[in-house]
Amino acid sequence: MTFLVEQSGLLTLLQDRGRPGLGHLGVSPSGAFDRRALHQVDALLGNPGGNAALEVLGGGLVLRAESPHTIAVTGGAGPVTIAGAPVAYGRAVPVRAGQVVRVGAATTGLRTYVGAAGGFVAPTELGSASSDTLSGIGPAPVAAGDRLAVGQALRSPEVQDVPDLTTAGDLTLDVVLGPRDDWFAPEAVRLLLDSPWQVGPASDRIGVRLAGPALVRSRHDELPSEPCVRGSIQVATDGRPIVLGPDHPVTGGYPVVAVVVDAHTDRLAQAGPGRVVRFRPVPAR
Amino acid sequence: MNLRPYGDRALLLDCASLAEAQGWFAALADRADTVLGARTVLLRGEPSALRDLVRRTTPVSPHGPSEVAVQIAVTYDGPDLADVARLTGLSTSEVVAAHTDTPWTVAFGGFAPGFSYLVGGDPRLHVARRPSPRTSVPAGSVGLAGEFSGVYPRRSPGGWQLIGRSDAVLWDAHREPPALLVAGMTVRFVPA
Repeated sequence: MTFLVEQSGLLTLLQDRGRPGLGHLGVSPSGAFDRRALHQVDALLGNPGGNAALEVLGGGLVLRAESPHTIAVTGGAGPVTIAGAPVAYGRAVPVRAGQVVRVGAATTGLRTYVGAAGGFVAPTELGSASSDTLSGIGPAPVAAGDRLAVGQALRSPEVQDVPDLTTAGDLTLDVVLGPRDDWFAPEAVRLLLDSPWQVGPASDRIGVRLAGPALVRSRHDELPSEPCVRGSIQVATDGRPIVLGPDHPVTGGYPVVAVVVDAHTDRLAQAGPGRVVRFRPVPAR
Repeated sequence: MNLRPYGDRALLLDCASLAEAQGWFAALADRADTVLGARTVLLRGEPSALRDLVRRTTPVSPHGPSEVAVQIAVTYDGPDLADVARLTGLSTSEVVAAHTDTPWTVAFGGFAPGFSYLVGGDPRLHVARRPSPRTSVPAGSVGLAGEFSGVYPRRSPGGWQLIGRSDAVLWDAHREPPALLVAGMTVRFVPA
């Protein structure tokens, strides 16, 4: 019940639902950046939630099935083949022993999720098999020569197909202003909400770096370190915002001007370099 | 204490001091997903339910040093020991004595798994961070920054003033709890 990794691609990580609730130990939540896509592969394959899937960034992943399996591909859509034949996006598809699965770079979206019926099985650390790229907790990134174990498929699938949730064009993300919007000049808050922001090339699972106008602070003292979440928009000393991702540090010393609503943080997982992001304010609850 | 919005799945308690934040953290830690900062407490959950929870909660008054004490042996030969002596006006042996003679308290974790911010040490040791952070600080390095002392659990970038090193295992994912230092504990540094 294994796949042999023939090529790992640019960056392929095992990700499940991560390690929520351990911030007091200094542990980031980690887990799938696009949780919608992880949920979709589980629904397509009949996996109970909590299974690990492969989060594939930049394509180039080549797997050889060493036993018969069923896989599903969701998230960022790109060329995926089994034994050279194109694989339907968002469906459960069989792979015979010996066949080769190739996952190319996503052409819409950024991160592709590959799940297997039964889930990829890896040793867990603090209850999760997710690779935390900040702390190194969890399995190392997938490497050529690795054997990926697959668990026993349990149930019949909930759904036959799922929609592609990745979109083209500008991304609009809802944000709640604060907690530190009062550390910024009013013009800076207006600029945050009115400007098109471009996703920068140095973005990763720790933070999505945005290029645009500098957000000028009205307070220049040092902020005592405070906890942050997936979706916190930190403004670094250069005035550029960074939206924190799943592997964010648990505390940070830069003021958070606004926070992306939780359900919209998954969309950022699919925003590659150059993608335009806009922020729309919604009231705090 | 002020309540500040923090997105749609959290709430931030903004306190006047670390002691006030610790009091709220102690009162709330068993009742919500809670993370302590230097002046703040983050609660995760539905904000209006969290507001109700905070309204029903009385912060725990700051208590004395914890019963639980951990000794950490330190070799005081850090690359910034001389700088810390210069910045504080103490001799290097006085820096070591100040670091070892006053017990520290674990205030909060963060930055990295197993990293704890220690407070309550000798106030003469308050020093600014290094002007630019090191790209790599060895595991076990013992540092000072502002009111805090701390031990790096693993090799990482860092801007703290390094005064020594320790063999203590700050983080072991297979230990329960994995972090050696837990909020509220007393830490005594002793010369190795």
